[in-house]
Amino acid sequence: MRSKVQRGWEWFVSTAIRVSGAMAIVFVILIFIFLLRDAIPVLRTSSVRDLLTGEFWRPTSEPPQFGLLPLLLGSLYVTVGALVISVPLGIGAAAFISEVAPAWVQEILKPAVEMLATIPSVVFGFLGLLLVGPWLAERFNLPLPLFAGLGSLMLGFMAMPTIVSVSEDAIRSVPVALRENSLALGATRWQTIRRIVIPSARSGIIAAVLLGLGRAIGETMTVLMVTGNSAVIPQGLEGFLRPVRTLTATIAGEMGETAYATPHYHALFMIGLILFVITFITNTIADIAVRRSGGLTQ
Amino acid sequence: MTALPQLSRKTSQAIAFAILWIVAAAVILPVVAILAVMLLKGGRAIDWHMLTSIDEGLLPAIAGTTLLVVLTAAISAPVGVAAAIYLSEYARASTSVRLIRLAIVNLAGVPSVVYGLFGFALFVTLLQFGRCLLAAACTLAFLVLPLVITASEEALRQVPQRLREASFGLGATRWQTVRRVVLPNALPGIITGMILSIGRAAGETAPILFTGAFISLSKPFPNSPLDPFIALPYKLFVDATEMPGISEATKWGEAVVLVLLVVGLNLAAVLFRARLRRARRW
Repeated sequence: MRSKVQRGWEWFVSTAIRVSGAMAIVFVILIFIFLLRDAIPVLRTSSVRDLLTGEFWRPTSEPPQFGLLPLLLGSLYVTVGALVISVPLGIGAAAFISEVAPAWVQEILKPAVEMLATIPSVVFGFLGLLLVGPWLAERFNLPLPLFAGLGSLMLGFMAMPTIVSVSEDAIRSVPVALRENSLALGATRWQTIRRIVIPSARSGIIAAVLLGLGRAIGETMTVLMVTGNSAVIPQGLEGFLRPVRTLTATIAGEMGETAYATPHYHALFMIGLILFVITFITNTIADIAVRRSGGLTQ
Repeated sequence: MTALPQLSRKTSQAIAFAILWIVAAAVILPVVAILAVMLLKGGRAIDWHMLTSIDEGLLPAIAGTTLLVVLTAAISAPVGVAAAIYLSEYARASTSVRLIRLAIVNLAGVPSVVYGLFGFALFVTLLQFGRCLLAAACTLAFLVLPLVITASEEALRQVPQRLREASFGLGATRWQTVRRVVLPNALPGIITGMILSIGRAAGETAPILFTGAFISLSKPFPNSPLDPFIALPYKLFVDATEMPGISEATKWGEAVVLVLLVVGLNLAAVLFRARLRRARRW
């Protein structure tokens, strides 16, 4: 027979475990509340309209201006550039690893891509700053060694592991029967990949792109170190060769020197809140897409 | 109309596969190349003096990073493993479990610099830790939590169901089963997950930038968890961007030390897991 003490203990432990289980939800809400709490006061000095359409980010001039447009566009440029590089290459590499590569190549590529994911972002920033940027500027006669496109290039490679591994999972989970049917009807392996496998893995590939997007938009140290950090609105395609400043780099670069509870401080929390909301939306959609692709194949 | 001759199906396949080989090479070779350049440039700068000197070397940063990741692991492990036990052993498929999984995905997706803001608001100012080792470790504990939960849950799920059934059959309660049967068998897998989390925490810069990392020449080592500290990634960032008079070779050396540390931790986890799989055939 179990004693009262034992039953009490069992109840206590299982309650503690249930509470811990819910912690992830509590923490997401906690992060949101703390960002909101310190972001709201900025609205006392700038309206939502000023923030979203203001063309000048001049936090230390008198009076300060907190126009987020240059930062939003800076993040957009760098992120879109990164996706242009990483989406086609990443999906291609995923299709290659799961469908085409011989076993020995797979055994090299998979761990190599996984290791790529573990390199700290400050190291990519360092390599961009000291090696890749100067090399590109000299080789292609660019006006500046630090520019938006360099950020895109570095981020493109940093988002690659996410895109490759999530797409690869999606491609692998396409049922073998579908491939066999296609091959039996006389299609070549390539026709099967292009017309059957990739379309069937669509949801998972969309999720991969969204997760890569979230990764790129939230990346901080690399962007801070390689994009030149000037808060100007990028113009046209040439904007990729000019310095920009992203949302993340602004927080990382200015938070250390901002006095507590000043309008500047609150403006930085507003940027944090915007980043949180953007990544929350992309990750939630990605999660739904992953689940849908899982549901299709089961 | 002179249409282009239709490529035969075999030819187009050959072309497509050739392109895929090139794509795969383009994904991995540039990174391997720049990492190789880094190893060459930095490898020469690393010597005993650089690793162990307090004034000119990396000892304060190595010590700071070590203390930071140990503290981070100690804070994140209890909550993370308990949450994993809930998901694997207690929860049944339901809306609340679905929400918990969504929350974990979202925690993993929050940008690292946003964790820094959150840590500053909660630990540095509201709880008044100040900028210190403890505040930075708490912030990083939030950041690695999704990794700890996911890895621990996987380790728990790999314990065969029949072990649990045997335990229940002997009259053990759910917690007794978890404590005496499931956890001991899942422990090596959980440790693997913790090593991966430590590797992640060791490389992060943005979350510790304004929660505790600070370069002080007069006080290179923290005396308590409430002192600021120097971490390797933070030192690399400062030396590369702000510090005048740091030799090029030293910077490359720092980058190499950081990469070797992080990749080394990950490699250790991978090898540990591989050995584990060989040792345990259920």
